Amino acid sequence: MGLTRKSTGKDTTPAEINSTPKNQPVIALAGNPNVGKSTVFNALTGMHQHTGNWTGKTVGNAQGTFAANQKTYTLVDIPGTYSLIAHSEEEKIARNFICFSGCDATVIVCDATCLKRNLNFVLQTLEVTSRVILCVNLIDEAARKHIRINCQKLSAALGIPVIPTAARQGKGLQELTETIDEVLQKAPTPLQVRYRPEIEEAISAIEPTIATITGRLPSRFLSVRLLDGNPDFLEDIESFLGTPLTRDERLDEKLTEAKTTLSQKGYDTTSLRDTLVSDLFKTADKLTKEAVNTPSGYNNRQIRADKFLTGKATGIPVMLLLLLFVLWLTIFGANYPSQWLSSCLFSLEEPLFHLLGLLHLPLWMQNALVLGVYRVLAWVVSVMLPPMAIFFPLFTLLEDAGYLPRVAFNLDHPLKKCCACGKQALTMCMGFGCNAAGVIGCRIIDSPRERLIAILTNNFVPCNGRFPTLIAIITMFFITGSAGFFSSIGAAALLTLLILLGIVMTLLASKFLSKTVLKGIPSSFTLELPPYRRPQIGRILIRSVFDRTLFVLGRAITVAAPAGLVIYAMSNLTVGGATLLAHAAGFLDPFARLIGLDGVLLMAFILGFPANEIVMPIAIMAYMSSGTLTEFENLSALKTLLLDNGWTPLTAACTMIFSLLHFPCSTTLISIKKETGSWRWTLVAFLLPTACGAFLCFLLTTAVRLLSLF
Amino acid sequence: MNLHNLPPGSSAYISRLNARDSIRRRLLDMGFTQGTKVTCLYASPAGDPKAYAVFGTVIALRSEEASQIEIFQPHAEEGCLWD
Repeated sequence: MGLTRKSTGKDTTPAEINSTPKNQPVIALAGNPNVGKSTVFNALTGMHQHTGNWTGKTVGNAQGTFAANQKTYTLVDIPGTYSLIAHSEEEKIARNFICFSGCDATVIVCDATCLKRNLNFVLQTLEVTSRVILCVNLIDEAARKHIRINCQKLSAALGIPVIPTAARQGKGLQELTETIDEVLQKAPTPLQVRYRPEIEEAISAIEPTIATITGRLPSRFLSVRLLDGNPDFLEDIESFLGTPLTRDERLDEKLTEAKTTLSQKGYDTTSLRDTLVSDLFKTADKLTKEAVNTPSGYNNRQIRADKFLTGKATGIPVMLLLLLFVLWLTIFGANYPSQWLSSCLFSLEEPLFHLLGLLHLPLWMQNALVLGVYRVLAWVVSVMLPPMAIFFPLFTLLEDAGYLPRVAFNLDHPLKKCCACGKQALTMCMGFGCNAAGVIGCRIIDSPRERLIAILTNNFVPCNGRFPTLIAIITMFFITGSAGFFSSIGAAALLTLLILLGIVMTLLASKFLSKTVLKGIPSSFTLELPPYRRPQIGRILIRSVFDRTLFVLGRAITVAAPAGLVIYAMSNLTVGGATLLAHAAGFLDPFARLIGLDGVLLMAFILGFPANEIVMPIAIMAYMSSGTLTEFENLSALKTLLLDNGWTPLTAACTMIFSLLHFPCSTTLISIKKETGSWRWTLVAFLLPTACGAFLCFLLTTAVRLLSLF
Repeated sequence: MNLHNLPPGSSAYISRLNARDSIRRRLLDMGFTQGTKVTCLYASPAGDPKAYAVFGTVIALRSEEASQIEIFQPHAEEGCLWD
């Protein structure tokens, strides 16, 4: 749920370094997923790249700078990957950056608690570049598990500097920056994996020929890649070199010869690839045996926690209860601050008029600014800020602790039934924060077909911009009595049901897509379940308020202000005896009535296209301007306004359903266009939820109307 | 015997990988290499996927992938690590 300007809009697919000042060294931060690369990045740069305890959190490169040793460095945080043989889009970004970006040094961050598997990636990287520093992170966690790592020994064996760090506590970073400087001065001579003799023979048979063709990448590395023959990797290598290696006749001859010799010795394509990996692991195994003391046995407390959180009887109920609890805290906690904020902000209308009057602005302009712009802004702030300021930190807490991968684990089976990927559950979780971020997060899904399904259905999960609207309507129309403890539980339960409807729709839509336009069988699924970690509560609070809440609010405000002006103008400019608003609403009204809404509401949804947050404010503005001008200070006054405008519980229900199921906002659609590269799929992403919502609302409306006839 | 048949709580060693192409490479990179010790930890609510401990990490695999990993248990009585 990395909600930043980066993750919700521009600059999400950089494959190369953004412009940096000349002579400023570029350092890449690479490594397996979920080893703390972003934590190291933040600790060094002082930036706030979003961190979370799950695999695949960083899906694009983030760039920052840090100063040390009287120099400034550019640091690039790239997505995590298990191997240079990329398996998904985000791993490809990482791989291509390490191999082709021409960065000056690479810091590989490793998880000290499972160093052996991490070393597989390190050894692969050492084949392509020698300026590598190994940062053994989470050394404190390893110490707690009684794992001891001899960094000197490891460094001597690998031939590169090895620095132990505990980035969350800021330990070892000073040494890391000093070592980076040393490596930039003088490249180390790293260990090169020696494969078994048959393969080494094949490598030496083709290496000299490669060396004559290109010098831009190590010829040994290219030999291994040619023997491995991964088509995707080779394609990227060739486009980087600008030389079609595989079509070079001399090389092809040598390669065929080498492969024939290998096949005589019993190596076919598959067993050759296997041997390459297992020789890497053999080396990694030898290294760890020499330098790491690993006690046997896993953490039993973690296993017990997992057995409870993913158990047959407990897994799903606990998940639902957690959702309910988070929503309840959000609703209950947001109630009073919301009321306080709105009465505060609306009481400022008078002084504002006074102030604008002092500036001698014409009356129409005063009205447009106060009744149009300011009123919409006041609504957006008072209704959105409190729930977001509560929901985001709670959600980040769960994310930081490592709960999200367990959700994916629990939901994989139903998603597989719909021919989708379990990791879609992770992108749905991101969608709770912002659908645009969720769409970009879909890069963690390996299969292109399943990724597309996840992108197209992400909007079925209500984002943070829609929560406040849903909460307000629930509180007004479906919860009787004052805003107390029990009513907030009722409201949370209703909201949970609504989210469940969204999830059911996601499953149905995924299934529908899999059976029609995106036919296919479920592909493979591998997901790492990281250990639970104690969340850093202080940091979560600060970061989720500043990075997420204020960012989303800021975006809403920039959209809400002009929208307020437009709606004010529409409700005050008259053409042919009626306001523009009345014309537009009247035009939409017949269709809107069919699906249980009214013309004003449908128009509000359309005008709310840039940001879902402003749908309700626009509708309210429109209602208020068309006659019954009520001062509204709280929700009950608002309810009166809505009732006066012909709202019934049916209207409220349909508004909620349509809010849950309608076209994605413009930011999300732009992300979809970028991620799919196709206008056609973007159109599908627009039409699919809209059609679902309209259909459901129509069904409900017709059913209720038919029933009321009898 | 394949990994999918391994009941939660027991351990075994990987003897052979039958997966092909990119998923084979992915499994290898995650540490499911020949001779590696694997422990089945627990299953998800629906019984599939299951979580396996390999190389000190926990990886969830579906039955489709797990059944492509052949295993052997040298001493069956040593299989139980948990409970």
